[in-house]
Amino acid sequence: MKKLISFITVIVLTLLVLASGTKLYSKTTTLTFWTFQELHKQFMDDAVANWNKRNPNNQIKLETEVYPYDEMHNKLLISLQSGTGAPDLCDIEISKFANYLKGKNPSLIPLNNIINPVKSKLIIGRFDNYAKDGNYYGIDYHVGATVMYYNKEFLDKANVDPDKIITWKDYVEAGKKVVAATGKPMTTIEVSEHWTYYPMLIQAGSDIFDKKGNVILDNKKNTEVLQFLKDMIYKDKIAIAAPGGFHHAEEYWNFMNKGGAASLMMPLWYMGRFVSYMPDLKGKIIVRPLPVWEKGGNRSCGMGGTGTVVTIQSKNKDMAVKLLDFAKLSKDGAIKTWTVLGFDPIRWDVWDAPEMKAVNKFTDYFGKGIFSMLLSIKNEIPGTMITDKYPAAIDLLKKNVCFNVLSAQSQTPEEALKQAANELRKK
Amino acid sequence: MLKIVNEIKKELNIKKKKEIFNSVKIIPYIFVSPFIIAFLLFYLYPVISTINMSFQEILGPGDVKYIQFKNYINLFNHDFYDALIFNSWYTFWTLAVLIPLPVFLAVLLNSKLTIGKNFFRSSFFIPALTSVVVAGIFFRMFFGGMETTIPNTILKFFKIKPIVWTFKYHTAMMVLVIIATWRWLGVNIVYFLAGLQNISNDLYEAATIDGANFFQKFIYITLPGLKPVIIYVLTISIYAGYAMFAESYILYPNARTPGNIGLTSVLYLYQQGFDHNNLGFASAIGVTLLLIIFIINTIQLRFFGLFKKAGD
Repeated sequence: MKKLISFITVIVLTLLVLASGTKLYSKTTTLTFWTFQELHKQFMDDAVANWNKRNPNNQIKLETEVYPYDEMHNKLLISLQSGTGAPDLCDIEISKFANYLKGKNPSLIPLNNIINPVKSKLIIGRFDNYAKDGNYYGIDYHVGATVMYYNKEFLDKANVDPDKIITWKDYVEAGKKVVAATGKPMTTIEVSEHWTYYPMLIQAGSDIFDKKGNVILDNKKNTEVLQFLKDMIYKDKIAIAAPGGFHHAEEYWNFMNKGGAASLMMPLWYMGRFVSYMPDLKGKIIVRPLPVWEKGGNRSCGMGGTGTVVTIQSKNKDMAVKLLDFAKLSKDGAIKTWTVLGFDPIRWDVWDAPEMKAVNKFTDYFGKGIFSMLLSIKNEIPGTMITDKYPAAIDLLKKNVCFNVLSAQSQTPEEALKQAANELRKK
Repeated sequence: MLKIVNEIKKELNIKKKKEIFNSVKIIPYIFVSPFIIAFLLFYLYPVISTINMSFQEILGPGDVKYIQFKNYINLFNHDFYDALIFNSWYTFWTLAVLIPLPVFLAVLLNSKLTIGKNFFRSSFFIPALTSVVVAGIFFRMFFGGMETTIPNTILKFFKIKPIVWTFKYHTAMMVLVIIATWRWLGVNIVYFLAGLQNISNDLYEAATIDGANFFQKFIYITLPGLKPVIIYVLTISIYAGYAMFAESYILYPNARTPGNIGLTSVLYLYQQGFDHNNLGFASAIGVTLLLIIFIINTIQLRFFGLFKKAGD
């Protein structure tokens, strides 16, 4: 009996030593990550699983919290403001990002040391969105190239060839044919958000702010673009205000799914919404570059985005930065943004990789060749200028400019833009 | 000998401790201390801190400076003005609906002639227990712009074009008042029912003997009897009207109020504080709102004579 006990003790002790030994050898770092997008959690979980496979001695455990959009941004703002409770890694949506860069010393870690080595392979305009004083603070998931989604069925019915729609003028003419042949509107325009007006003015070569950060919202080009949108609804009668007001309303998805309109301009990341919320359109939608304003103009622009950041409250800053580098800036990571999320990767050097042509749920829905199309417009994707006033500017576009001009018709384009621009200048 | 002394000392100590817990002077403070501590920590401290913050520009942790009255001067803008006007109308309409209607229903529910009283009481009260978020999403869909929503189907029957209810000032106001009515009707009925229980039956009997009819009894007995409750409901309704946030926030996702339709003061505070990271300015909005509600309610209470002493 005594022998047995001592035998067991020896075994238990050896096991303990072994266990603690391996523990000493492979350390596990626990990182926390907040996001407002369930899909982003899947992406990061996938990245962590790959990291752990490659680094058996340096394991990461990622604790992810998915909060509603507003709640997450508020929570982060309060925890950074109060100096406690922030996560290691966090997603910040582009229109909120400037809020976190206010003041002399932002509560985020500059990421230049991981961005600089691969800078030449990145669509760098996407990084300027999250930069201040030469420091890059966030890494995006995608380029957000804005494209036109056409419903092939309607175009065929109206005898319209989408590849012959070169300019916006052609688009309006094609729209008239579609309306005559099908009775459906050619497109829908957002009136309570900015995803129609904003990309179009960027594509036209204008912006809300100039390179120095001065407000140029009320310039001639922006007024013309807004007038053009208004004319599409009320003069040419080829467009309608999006049901529900914007392209992310539940009503809108239902409307489109039933074949509500013949085309839709949204960034490439909207593909996920088609696949998830408009299943009946599968196989009917084709993706094409935007019509241009004048020959030789840009056929797209980079829109929206979410920057992942590392906060200064992180206790494992190095690991968090390394994971971010691995997940988003590495070649494999960039490819995953397409295969997992259906986004256009921020590294253009992977756009012609064989993985991008492989079959997945997005090629099933939209057909192949999305990235050959993207490669052809690679140099025609202008970014946007972002300043401290950006959240206020986007707010004004959403709430006042687009709504008052396109829906309520209480102001002319000049009036609405002038008022908004003056308000921004005062801030 | 020493042992005995020690034991006596011990006993005295225990007695002392017991005395503290039995003392009439101390024990009330122990009982109310949880409330006092919670009040100091979660009400008074934030209020003082908000007043302090309303004079600051807050850029980030440790990046704060005092800017005197600049936040208050910035309040003179058309957004805040729109929000206050919207709030005032909203408060007016909720008062116009949420006092007479529950009084009427409470009288019906209190009457001996009504059948199924308990059923109606609980069904009126259930909305108060429902999550406003869930209800808000329902109302957002219900009053959507599609032809197939119920209100638009009814309009179609009368050959009227479908309306985007939440995108027009007056219809949006109507939708918000409907949500408020749906949500608070039951609560107000409960207040008034409690008030009705306090009115002595003798008064009604005496009135019946004198030959008063139902309406005379209602006007000369029920309404005066309900006066304290009506004043109470009026006061909290004015506060609730100006502090309204959740309904608007849910009806317009992510605080996106097109053309300031549906923008309330607290929603504006939220937009400025969190969407624009302007916590100093948001604090100034909060303090101003506090003052406005305080002034309106003081006038109202004075008008209804609540501050007068009995017998005046």
